[in-house]
Amino acid sequence: MLPLPPALPLAELEVGQHLYWQLGNLKIHGQVFLSSWVVIGALLAVVWIGTRKMDRDPRGVQNLLEFLWDYIRDLAREQIGEKAYRDWLPFIGTLFLFIFVSNWGGALIPWKLIHLPSGELGAPTADINTTIALALLVSLAYFYAGLSRKGFRYFEYYVEPTPIMLPFKIVEDFTKPLSLSFRLFGNILADELVVAVLAFLVPLIVPLPAMFLGLFTSAIQALIFATLAAYYIGEAVHEEHH
Amino acid sequence: MDSITSAASVVAAGLAVGLGAIGPGIGQGSAAQGAVEGIARQPEAEGKIRGTLLLSLAFMEALTIYGLVVALVLLFANPFAG
Repeated sequence: MLPLPPALPLAELEVGQHLYWQLGNLKIHGQVFLSSWVVIGALLAVVWIGTRKMDRDPRGVQNLLEFLWDYIRDLAREQIGEKAYRDWLPFIGTLFLFIFVSNWGGALIPWKLIHLPSGELGAPTADINTTIALALLVSLAYFYAGLSRKGFRYFEYYVEPTPIMLPFKIVEDFTKPLSLSFRLFGNILADELVVAVLAFLVPLIVPLPAMFLGLFTSAIQALIFATLAAYYIGEAVHEEHH
Repeated sequence: MDSITSAASVVAAGLAVGLGAIGPGIGQGSAAQGAVEGIARQPEAEGKIRGTLLLSLAFMEALTIYGLVVALVLLFANPFAG
């Protein structure tokens, strides 16, 4: 640990410190759970409000939800293809919305006002356990997609176009979740660190551009995660035309 | 953590990000060059080019971020701290 001197109350850096909860034999990071529940609750509330009294001409929250639905549908259709995208739309949409709201929530909600005994609240995606869980879900999803659509013919994908590709394709199955999780984790943690270090050096105004850049990259990272998940699934269900 | 380990970790953290930034920097430069040329030749495709460019820039940036993750591990969760 290299703790920065806590000169300013708003600019403490607590990387690697967690609020531990004991669950059976497991030690879990409580602050990640708390902020994920806030994110999940916010998403559920917005969706519930938006679908309560649905109109033929959407207004307000319903309009926003329909816009999001269109956006995610286009994303999924472009990557997965016309035939299979409907099955995977909920998965891709959930990933995108959860990551997006987590990233922005971590930057926009004033978590510092809530004091924890140790660790600090922040974006759930700034913890590597969250991103690895999401990335492993994507791995399971594309295996399931391929196997359920093509059966054992799915494994032909590993020896196409030539069997020489076999080792590379096997290694790819491991690097996919690795790069997915590290990319998201690194980007979000880097944003938070840059803002924290700048706020530590100059507490006023100077961190603002970095914050806006952080919001921008967080949104792009959510888009990238969803796009890549859709792309991997699309790759698995893609039929070769001979 | 003894002083040699911490000195080596700090140097390695700096190198991880610094060296890791070279390749993606060159890559992002040539991607931006391609995008600008594309827009100059075909200004009506600007929206589509910008979207693709941002997505691919983020992919390249991920490579530096891997270096950053290594640097952060060395600084904040050093496995050799002992």
